[in-house]
Amino acid sequence: MSLNKPRRRWSEFAIEAGIRVLGFSSIGFVLLIFLFLLREGLPLFFEVPLGNLFSTRWYPTFDLFGILPLTLGSILVTITAIAIAVPLGVASAVFVREVAPGWAREILKPMIEVLAGIPSVVLGFFGMTLLAPFIRETLGVATGLTAFTGALILAYMALPTIISVAEDALDAVPKSYRDAGLAMGATQWQTIWRVVVPAARSGMVMAVMLGMGRAIGETMAVMMVTGNAARMPLTLDSLFRPMRTMTATIAAEMGEVAQGSTHYHALFGIGIILFVLTFIINLAAASTIFKRRRRGGLR
Amino acid sequence: MDRYLVQRAGFALLGLMALMVVLPILLVIGTIVVQGGGAISWEFLSAMPRDGMKAGGIFPAIVGTLLLTLGTALVAIPIGVGGAVYLAEYARDTWLTRAIRLAIINLAGIPSVVYGLFGLGLFVLFLQFGTSILAGALTLAIMTLPIIISAAEEALRGVPTEFRTVSISLGGTRWQGIRRVVLPQALPGIITGVILGLLRAAGETAPILFTVAAFFLPRLPQSPFDQTMALPYHLYVISTQVPGMPLQIQFGTALVLLILVLSLNVLATSIRSYFRRRRQW
Repeated sequence: MSLNKPRRRWSEFAIEAGIRVLGFSSIGFVLLIFLFLLREGLPLFFEVPLGNLFSTRWYPTFDLFGILPLTLGSILVTITAIAIAVPLGVASAVFVREVAPGWAREILKPMIEVLAGIPSVVLGFFGMTLLAPFIRETLGVATGLTAFTGALILAYMALPTIISVAEDALDAVPKSYRDAGLAMGATQWQTIWRVVVPAARSGMVMAVMLGMGRAIGETMAVMMVTGNAARMPLTLDSLFRPMRTMTATIAAEMGEVAQGSTHYHALFGIGIILFVLTFIINLAAASTIFKRRRRGGLR
Repeated sequence: MDRYLVQRAGFALLGLMALMVVLPILLVIGTIVVQGGGAISWEFLSAMPRDGMKAGGIFPAIVGTLLLTLGTALVAIPIGVGGAVYLAEYARDTWLTRAIRLAIINLAGIPSVVYGLFGLGLFVLFLQFGTSILAGALTLAIMTLPIIISAAEEALRGVPTEFRTVSISLGGTRWQGIRRVVLPQALPGIITGVILGLLRAAGETAPILFTVAAFFLPRLPQSPFDQTMALPYHLYVISTQVPGMPLQIQFGTALVLLILVLSLNVLATSIRSYFRRRRQW
């Protein structure tokens, strides 16, 4: 009997080559997506002067393609959502990981998975039929379909991401850190906020960024509850007025435009902006993981 | 101030905030169950919509969503699991592998409506599939890929290295070890990830807006090149585009979608916890 390596059959070569191809397919898909966005969106920049693009009025029927109100709308809604979601998310993660008794954890974790699974159109429907009337009455505004309503729904949609990433970050803090904190005479509360959470800092930052990426790209729920008025959010009360985001604009208008028209190219142009924006956010989030790896796993 | 008092107050505050996360979830599910429960009947589930969707059932939307999910599974499972096998078993830590990981993170972060644009540009127009189940399933499949790849890779990495060493020491090739030993051991984790990915696809609206969805089509699709109604899009249509829609039908549709998605969710988590308990290593 020979001690050679077992002979590989040709079929095995084929399978392993196939797996290699599948492994690289993700890169291919990202490139393909970007390519097709460019293909359909780039003509916009030759058809519409830049002054028009960066103006304050989005009114495609009159050839006004100002993306500023949409961009600011997305930013306003996202920032508000994150401002609501981050304290709730970090507190929940700390509660689940550091404080909660076993039974509470058994309830909380599946609930958060359920939240992650609820389709955005269902949340949008809930927001439209129940949350919006509630907000109209309690705040005494003209309509409940406001940027704030959207931000509230978005906050809950970003929560599962924020909680699970933050929890992983807390999980990775060695137990010895906690022991050391307690041995110094600190209470568990002090140890959590002065030792454990600071040690999990980079993971927390990543949680916030991924949550932000999720919020800025959310479409259906936002479209259904923000009222879809493309106006500049410049005054303080804009938060409680109807608003329009980039994602909602694409979803609402793509069905009605003629293929190849300037309006059609403009919607793909917004798609390019969204793609680049989420790309940057995710790149930043990913770089915190890679940096952490280089430091040898210790956060 | 007594620092143990501070601690107790702090813990109570944390608990309260966790409660603020959980209560709205219960509120959403509870309201939809209570308000939509009355709409559910055999006719609602199995009949075609009538009277401009204001009466009858949502059968074609249910079938459409099931077909789309099936199509997504057929495309996304082989690509996703294959990609995960490469990352977990073959890839070395090179810049190319890091590029793959970066691509996966970015795929996961691309907004769903941008997937819709991409599907419209590539599948519907460029490849001329038209607005069809095929175009929609392909779009949803690419969107689902990062979820499946990450979950399957994690499951594969969870299988101890000894399993591979033993397989090779018995004279098996690398692929034999993966196929006969590693994959079966990782299967429960992979299945859980696949289901979680598919339920995301089943509930998505934005990617199918311009690639599949039919506003009103009271018949079943005959081929992959047909349009179809789908539950999430149908819910969007009847709650925003049709004036005078009976509220009960809207809630009923939301409930059916919710039940479909949440039962998949429960299935995935119970598979995971069942096999985690039975695992020998």
